[in-house]
Amino acid sequence: MSTATALDVNDLHVYLGESHVLQGVSFSVAKGGVTALLGRNGVGKTTTLRALMGLVPRSRGSVEVQGENVTRLPTHAIVRRGIGYVPEDRDVFAGLTVEENLRLSERGGNGRYDLVYDLFPELRERGRQRAGTLSGGQQQMVAIARALLNDNDLLLIDEPTKGLAPLLVTEVAVALERAAELSTILLVEQNLGVAKRVAEHAVVLDGGRVVYEGAAGELLSNPERVRELLGVGGAGH
Amino acid sequence: MSTLVLLTITGLGLGALYFLIASGLSLIYGLMGVLNFAHGAFITFGAYAAWWITTHVEASAEAELILATAFGLVFGAVLGALIELVFIRPLYRRPIEQVLVTVGLALALGALVFGIWGADPKLFPDRPGEEISLPSWMIDTTTILGARIPNDRFVEIAVAVVVLAGLTAFLRFTRIGLIIRAGVENRSMVTALGIDVRKTFTFVFAVGGALAALAGVLSGIYFSTVDPGRGTSLLIFAFIVVVIGGFGSIGGSAVAAVAVGLVQQYANYYAADWLDWSGAGDVAVMFLLAGVLLLRPEGLAPKVAH
Amino acid sequence: MMTPRRAVVPVLLLALLIVLPFLSVDIPVLFGGPLDSPGTLNLLALCLVFAGVALSYDLLFGYTGLLSFGHALYFALGVYLPAIAVTEWEWSLPAALALLAVVAIALPLVLGAVSLRVTGIAFAMVTLAFAQAGNVIVQTNPGGLTGGDEGIILNFDPLPDFVVGIVNTKYLYWLALGYAVAVFLIARAAIGSSAGHVWRAIRDNERRVEVIGLRPYPYKLLAFVLASFLAAWGGFLWLLLIGVTPEVTTATFTLTLLVMVVLGGTGTRFGALVGGFAYTLLDNRLRNLAGEERIQDLPDVLRVPLSEPLFLLGALFVAIVFFAPGGISSFPARLRSLVYRRAAKESAS
Ligand SMILES: Nc1ncnc2c1ncn2[C@@H]1O[C@H](COP(=O)(O)OP(=O)(O)OP(=O)(O)O)[C@@H](O)[C@H]1O
Ligand SMILES: [Mg+2]
Repeated sequence: MSTATALDVNDLHVYLGESHVLQGVSFSVAKGGVTALLGRNGVGKTTTLRALMGLVPRSRGSVEVQGENVTRLPTHAIVRRGIGYVPEDRDVFAGLTVEENLRLSERGGNGRYDLVYDLFPELRERGRQRAGTLSGGQQQMVAIARALLNDNDLLLIDEPTKGLAPLLVTEVAVALERAAELSTILLVEQNLGVAKRVAEHAVVLDGGRVVYEGAAGELLSNPERVRELLGVGGAGH
Repeated sequence: MSTLVLLTITGLGLGALYFLIASGLSLIYGLMGVLNFAHGAFITFGAYAAWWITTHVEASAEAELILATAFGLVFGAVLGALIELVFIRPLYRRPIEQVLVTVGLALALGALVFGIWGADPKLFPDRPGEEISLPSWMIDTTTILGARIPNDRFVEIAVAVVVLAGLTAFLRFTRIGLIIRAGVENRSMVTALGIDVRKTFTFVFAVGGALAALAGVLSGIYFSTVDPGRGTSLLIFAFIVVVIGGFGSIGGSAVAAVAVGLVQQYANYYAADWLDWSGAGDVAVMFLLAGVLLLRPEGLAPKVAH
Repeated sequence: MMTPRRAVVPVLLLALLIVLPFLSVDIPVLFGGPLDSPGTLNLLALCLVFAGVALSYDLLFGYTGLLSFGHALYFALGVYLPAIAVTEWEWSLPAALALLAVVAIALPLVLGAVSLRVTGIAFAMVTLAFAQAGNVIVQTNPGGLTGGDEGIILNFDPLPDFVVGIVNTKYLYWLALGYAVAVFLIARAAIGSSAGHVWRAIRDNERRVEVIGLRPYPYKLLAFVLASFLAAWGGFLWLLLIGVTPEVTTATFTLTLLVMVVLGGTGTRFGALVGGFAYTLLDNRLRNLAGEERIQDLPDVLRVPLSEPLFLLGALFVAIVFFAPGGISSFPARLRSLVYRRAAKESAS
């Protein structure tokens, strides 16, 4: 049993409808720090995270969390192995207040409210506001706060800066850096500036498979490789 | 005026029954996406369970009624939980099959009631050899603005109000309530927070079963009988209440139940007079449903449990 | 179109069904009397009617993905409207049938146009409500037209002789067979048409149909009107075979149509036909069984469920949903794969 890795993904296959989205994805995430999961739009990054969470059916492959095989466990049991999830579309509970959103995600009654309110002071002020009436940025804070509230070993975070104003992007990046001191993070991030700033490792998906696994800096500071693998211009835009 | 008062309170009494049935249906649908056709069986079995107690126990009218109600309630809860565990749970993530199974159960359980107790209505409560079947104060009438209103109507309304308050408080202030409200909005995100949402499924089925059974017992008082078709006939109106009120919304169900009960009573009285036809109330409710859906396809309330 | 080889079995079956009233064969468990006896022919005719009606329902549920709880309304229309026309208004039969043809298009056109403005469960509920309104109208007997609980005693005078009387049951049987065949051919043509392709696309993914620039609404309305129209003629045959009974207007009746379709297998060419036929036959046999002494002498725990056909059918339905979601029409394939697997296992060892 290897305990050096936080996450091992082996030969993961996922079908959505008729399309074979993941065609044998394999990679590992070392303990500590941030690993960026990158790839073109629609390549299957979100699907990978959802498959790890057990939210979409996997037709083949295995997932190990801290060396424990969780492939056959239901979502809630996987999460209880110490995983926090920030979904792409935030998925805060619109009809619940901010405070209720946090309370719902608290496991075991020792939520790190101090940490969360320290990172996002706004959430304390807006505790009694319905989450559905928050701005997009505030909703993203709630979504991240939900994952940080528990003492998780691994965070799966899907595009936390999507659609945010530049100032908020910075705030989120700061929060990610803080979170990275406490847990291992697998981060899907289209904003390569943010990815470059926070991530040490990178995994790149293409054609349903992993086409790059290695240091993030090396990849992201090479505009040609970035263009080749991610189909976009170099970092820092 | 006195007719209007009588119709209003009778309508509210009927609405109270609809609400008790609809609130459970609505939570079940909101949380699990299952339109539970077997809910009618909870009503009927609850009513017959209570009736059975009254034929087997000899006590004061009050004690018998309380005992019968409690027994019906527990029976409904157990039946609901059992059906969820045995029939619904194995079909998790196959919503069409789940609905089909509830249809099969509705037919089978409905037929079972006929088989066991026959087609004829039973007097409720059935207290052979006793002078009064209900506590005497329930049979008495209270005069409001000239209208003489049977007191049992107030009991039905009071029970529904207490249930409404209790359910609302429960959803608001308890952890299970929080999970249910969140689950109605987005079930898979609840599991992604590490919560086993399936436990709440059994729970809402048990609560739904208990409340439907309670409605069955109260309908026994309202109509003075229980009959094997009771579940089906009330269920259709409860469905309408759920759709009008918005799935998953307790408050919406309450408002819609009152609206349906009142429309039914008013139309029955005024249109029946005018058209010389006794089906006006029921048909008016069907048109109310069609009208609401066409104007607001989501129902009156958004899909949020409150 | 069917390939010639695949058509062999259905054509032989059809030939057998046509000559069946001349076969004086006893089939003990399935039928109470020889095939050419009026009782058996009447039952077979009913089975054929429901084969057709179930297929009409499958056009909605199995092919277009529309879960309607109001199909009974149009069946009941076919029962009540001609009965009222010939009995209460003393119309001639052709006039009554012409009226049925018009109303069986106009009514679903109007009600379908309204109910299809919503989708999913809301659609199911609106159709249920309209059908329930029909039930209330029939039960409350407005103007003494529908006869309430009693139904209507049909005035046979305007009917041609060959549909009246026990000795003529075979003609009714052929009429029912003709109905089932007609529904089958119409359904097959409709399913194979371009509209039929859109129906299935709507069933699989309505959003995608919109994305490619088609409006699902008129296609759904077409399916709704066609299915209702076909069901209404099944109702008319029920009128000739059974008479006027208010049970055809109930929600339970629609639910049994759903049971038939699922029992046979949804969205398959023969599934609904088989389901409607089998359900009706089973229902009848179970009813007879319930009356038998050996059942009546059983202890209550066995006697009560066994004397309630609907209990057994409901339980069977639940079992089908659990263990054989494809229904009866998937049995051959299941059997084949079972045999094949066993053969494969044996050859491997
Ligand atoms: N329900 C579905 N049925 C069929 N295909 C789907 C379904 N959901 C997603 N897909 C397809 O699966 C592919 C992977 O989607 P996914 O959301 O995982 O991509 P992504 O890498 O996260 O994209 P983005 O960068 O835009 O967030 C996409 O091509 C998408 O069109
Ligand atoms: Mg994505």
